[in-house]
Amino acid sequence: MKPRICLTAGIAAAIAATGALADITIGVSIGFTGPQASLGVHYKNAFDLLPKTLAGEPVRYIILDNASDVTNAARNGRKLVTEDKVDVLMGSNGVPQTLALAQIASESKTPMLAFSPINVPAENAHWTFVVPQPTELMMDAVAKDIKKNNIKTLGYIGFSDGWGDIVLKATESHAASAGYRIVANERYARNDTSVVGQVLKLMAANPDAVMVGGSGTGGALPQIALRERGYKGPIYHNHGTVNAEFIKIGGKHVEGAIAPTGPVVVADELPAGYATKAVGEDFMKRYEATFKLGRNAFAGYSYDAVKLVEAAAPEALKKAKPGTPEFRAALRDAMENVKNVVGTHAVYTMTPTNHNGMDERARVLVVVKDGQWRLMK
Amino acid sequence: MNSSIALWLVQDGITNGAIYALLALALLLVFAVTRVIFVPQGEFIAYAALSLALLQAGRLPGTVYVLVIGGLIAALFDSVLAIREKAYRRLPAILAVYVLLPAIMAAIAWWAASQKLDLWLQVLIVLGLVVPLGPILYRVAYRPLASASVLVLFIVSMAAHYVLSGLGLVFFGSEGLRAQPFSEGKFQLGVLTVTAQSLWVVFASLLIMVVLWLVFDRTIYGKALRATAINRIGARLVGIPTELSGSLSFTLAAFIGAVSGILMAPATTIYYDTGFLIGLKGFVGAILGGMASYPLAVVGAVVLGMFESFASFFASTFKEVIVFTVLIPVLVWRSLTSHHHVEDEEQ
Repeated sequence: MKPRICLTAGIAAAIAATGALADITIGVSIGFTGPQASLGVHYKNAFDLLPKTLAGEPVRYIILDNASDVTNAARNGRKLVTEDKVDVLMGSNGVPQTLALAQIASESKTPMLAFSPINVPAENAHWTFVVPQPTELMMDAVAKDIKKNNIKTLGYIGFSDGWGDIVLKATESHAASAGYRIVANERYARNDTSVVGQVLKLMAANPDAVMVGGSGTGGALPQIALRERGYKGPIYHNHGTVNAEFIKIGGKHVEGAIAPTGPVVVADELPAGYATKAVGEDFMKRYEATFKLGRNAFAGYSYDAVKLVEAAAPEALKKAKPGTPEFRAALRDAMENVKNVVGTHAVYTMTPTNHNGMDERARVLVVVKDGQWRLMK
Repeated sequence: MNSSIALWLVQDGITNGAIYALLALALLLVFAVTRVIFVPQGEFIAYAALSLALLQAGRLPGTVYVLVIGGLIAALFDSVLAIREKAYRRLPAILAVYVLLPAIMAAIAWWAASQKLDLWLQVLIVLGLVVPLGPILYRVAYRPLASASVLVLFIVSMAAHYVLSGLGLVFFGSEGLRAQPFSEGKFQLGVLTVTAQSLWVVFASLLIMVVLWLVFDRTIYGKALRATAINRIGARLVGIPTELSGSLSFTLAAFIGAVSGILMAPATTIYYDTGFLIGLKGFVGAILGGMASYPLAVVGAVVLGMFESFASFFASTFKEVIVFTVLIPVLVWRSLTSHHHVEDEEQ
């Protein structure tokens, strides 16, 4: 049986009415249409491959589309917690949508697994757990490589939006420890038709390497312009750029681009014995076989989120029945104390103060080689 | 900042400015003839660029669905009108223009997607897919309201923009695409490396401007458009059909948009929503030129391109702010110097 994916309120309500009360209910809000659909589709697909029972209890996934829109995400969230009385809330592929859901989770006292690397506001932190790698953790991998290559000056060019700021901040946070200076800070927009001005300014500052704070295909524009102007130094990207479209757009100009990402993206290349290799490789193999879609980091986050619920469920089931406020509270408490949960991206060990629970094994560096993202050796 | 950087920036500014100039001309033309502030101009850019990139990637561009379905709606509008007026003889022509032509273009595109055609043929196919969208859009969205106020037409434009860009998201996806360059050539010009691509942009823009000038000056259709632009009622009195002028100006605007998109596709990454901002800058260029004179609009657009290029060097964070702030002094100056004139003689 496929997990029940309900797209309309009517169907969802009908199923909720017939579902047994003992089911563990997981409510998910993802944008699998709209501008962020290219990520959301992966998050959604993963649920087809997830287990139908958790800790011996049947599990029900209610997946709603928020069309990459904050208002819709909030509406989904309210519906899930009030009508479906979900035990866990999950979502979404986009920071603003995820923040909206975290707010609702906190108000309704429902444990929440964030699908985007948000900085959870303190008042919502109690109920929210963040599945993906924090940007600082990702950029730490880049900083280590910069240090290893003895790079002293770094030029930054990033989106003129929140993401550009987040990546810059994360890059700056490691500057002192890795011994580099950011000598130029230029901004561009995804939609810009030219970055010649910014690139000239960057090259005038003569940095040893360049860091690009774009995402997806948007990361290609500065790299192409830099290479066309004859810039020879290494060019680093962030994890938002690791997809196949980036290489398709950039062609030969993006050969050698370096970026951090979750280990699941290159699971088959990981050295034997790597903590997440077996889980990641198995999942990616099934994912590629089922959906005929390329490797990506996003499906793995859905998988890991459900793994975390699975790890916390036995403890919570001892205390209360699913569908009750007591169960939700117990699940949250248990989730806070899970140890060494092996997912596709990381080995999660949560504590009351650390609701992400990842360590350095949760990121690897990849490099574009012969038109593919490969593990950097 | 030294002279070689300045030269680079000038080159970049001229290349961008040439595109803005083309769009400024199209916007001005449509506004003068139909009083429509043509916001969806940008969508033609994105549709053309993405269609070209998809054809090159061997995939069927989603533009064909927009074209065929848009054509069917336009045909429905016209047929209902013809049947109501019992003018059945008009039906074959309506079906040929709005149904048969899009269907043929769709079939050609479908065939071409699986072939590795020459770049020039691909460009022609993309033009054939995108340009008919102009008159179809005019027929469906604007003609029923042709005598409405400028404000109503502007609101229709906003709606058309959202519909077209939404369809773009559905058919092209949210990730950007880039076409192959027309030629990889480069020339050394002093300290500058001039790419053949940017020369293409400038020469194609100049060529279109000259052709437009010839059309307006020498052909009967061009003169009809000019007459409509100068005095709509007068033009109608001497027998120039307003619908034809509107349809013609939208065809030209779609053509200019499509050419701009094709010229830009190899030089940058185009997204389904890229066109809007480019169109907006063309509009700003037209306003800088006073929204009345074609040569001044071209100058305004090129100046804007320069501004943008230098702003992206000196203060990239505030680039768009700087570019759009340029408008304010111009608007102030214009509202102080120009005489208030009645914009809608038909109201």
